[in-house]
Amino acid sequence: MQIAYYPGCTMKASARQHEDAALAVLGALGVELREMDEWNCCGVVHSLTSDNLIRHMAPVRVFARLREQGADEVATLCDMCFNTLGRANLLAQRHPEQIAAISATSGDDLSYDGGADVLHLLQVLRDRVGFAKIRARVRRPLRGLSVYPYYGCKLLRPAEVGIDDPETPAVLRDLMLALGATVVEGSLQTQCCGAYHVVNRDEVVTQRVSATTEQARAGGAEAIVLSCPLCHYNFDALQPQSGAQMPIFYYTQLMGIAFGLDPDQLGLEEQQIALLPLLERHNLVHAPTPGD
Amino acid sequence: MTITMRAGGEADELLRKVETLSGQNLAGCYQCGTCAASCPLRGSMDLGPDAIIRHLRFGLPDVLDRQSFWVCVGCDGCVERCPRDIDIARIMGALRQISIQENGDHLVVAQLPAAALRKLPPIALVASMRRNTG
Repeated sequence: MQIAYYPGCTMKASARQHEDAALAVLGALGVELREMDEWNCCGVVHSLTSDNLIRHMAPVRVFARLREQGADEVATLCDMCFNTLGRANLLAQRHPEQIAAISATSGDDLSYDGGADVLHLLQVLRDRVGFAKIRARVRRPLRGLSVYPYYGCKLLRPAEVGIDDPETPAVLRDLMLALGATVVEGSLQTQCCGAYHVVNRDEVVTQRVSATTEQARAGGAEAIVLSCPLCHYNFDALQPQSGAQMPIFYYTQLMGIAFGLDPDQLGLEEQQIALLPLLERHNLVHAPTPGD
Repeated sequence: MTITMRAGGEADELLRKVETLSGQNLAGCYQCGTCAASCPLRGSMDLGPDAIIRHLRFGLPDVLDRQSFWVCVGCDGCVERCPRDIDIARIMGALRQISIQENGDHLVVAQLPAAALRKLPPIALVASMRRNTG
């Protein structure tokens, strides 16, 4: 299976481990992501006001280039990109006159009719590959590992672009169960982490991250598993230093561990909060021996 | 303290602008408070989302001096639950845009510490610039 791939900026910067792990696990599942040419930043957030059309130009350009390259769907790993591209796509379908206005500012170089789909990798795994096939590929079940799936906002809302039920999502839970993990759930799984307030109001993020990790810990979770690279940064960098810190995994990293892939492919040491001690405690990776 | 409320007469200018930019009809809100109860960042706001709508509709003063619309990141939790299908995130977006047009950018990149700029991922910086600057 081949699918066009839109990485977005963060997969090439702070979330390289997610991309590395995704490419490794998809290779093991026979799925090839083909990075599209001439991609640009999607703008990260959807413009919410009616007269600020210029801010839709970035995601519209991604779709226009995709269509020029002969593709009608594109997959992404990033929740923010997925949401911004998905909402721009709805705009193109519902308000073609706005896309025409955007295109007119670029010498009519950005024609796009809303005819392409954007897929989140979790949709590819759930709806194209299937969790049964993923379960069958597991070589080292995550037995005994308790994880708290955290969804945040952009994977789920607004519902017209979300990939799962916005109130009671199941995709990360079902994926983790397929890998053999124990799943802990709670009411804060779908609440915002504070997002870009990490730039200049980080106390807002710290408060959200603390409340969520406390809920996860109280339910017996040893780690949080998530998808969004902004959530990942916030949970990894802004967890309170006092007391034990909870490791933060991308779901692709846990898939790679369960598939028995080489840990070097999974970027396990690229987090601030160490992942290896927990995995070693559960015998999911081998502890290095002296002299290694 | 005396509060002057607008009663009848010509439409409030700020309300009119917010409705135009957001595409939302604020008169549809029946003040149930579901948005405030759903908001994970309500504790950092100086006026809940329901109260922002109320102040706009009554023409109460100083709405643009509030912090609430800067605190809102558009997580859409309230939008998903609003029984009147009002997109509150768009109302907050309209207030941000009006404030930026009247008072300038809310965040000055040059004033961020260099260490923070080196450390922060592009996803955070671009989102923050898009929400806080014109």
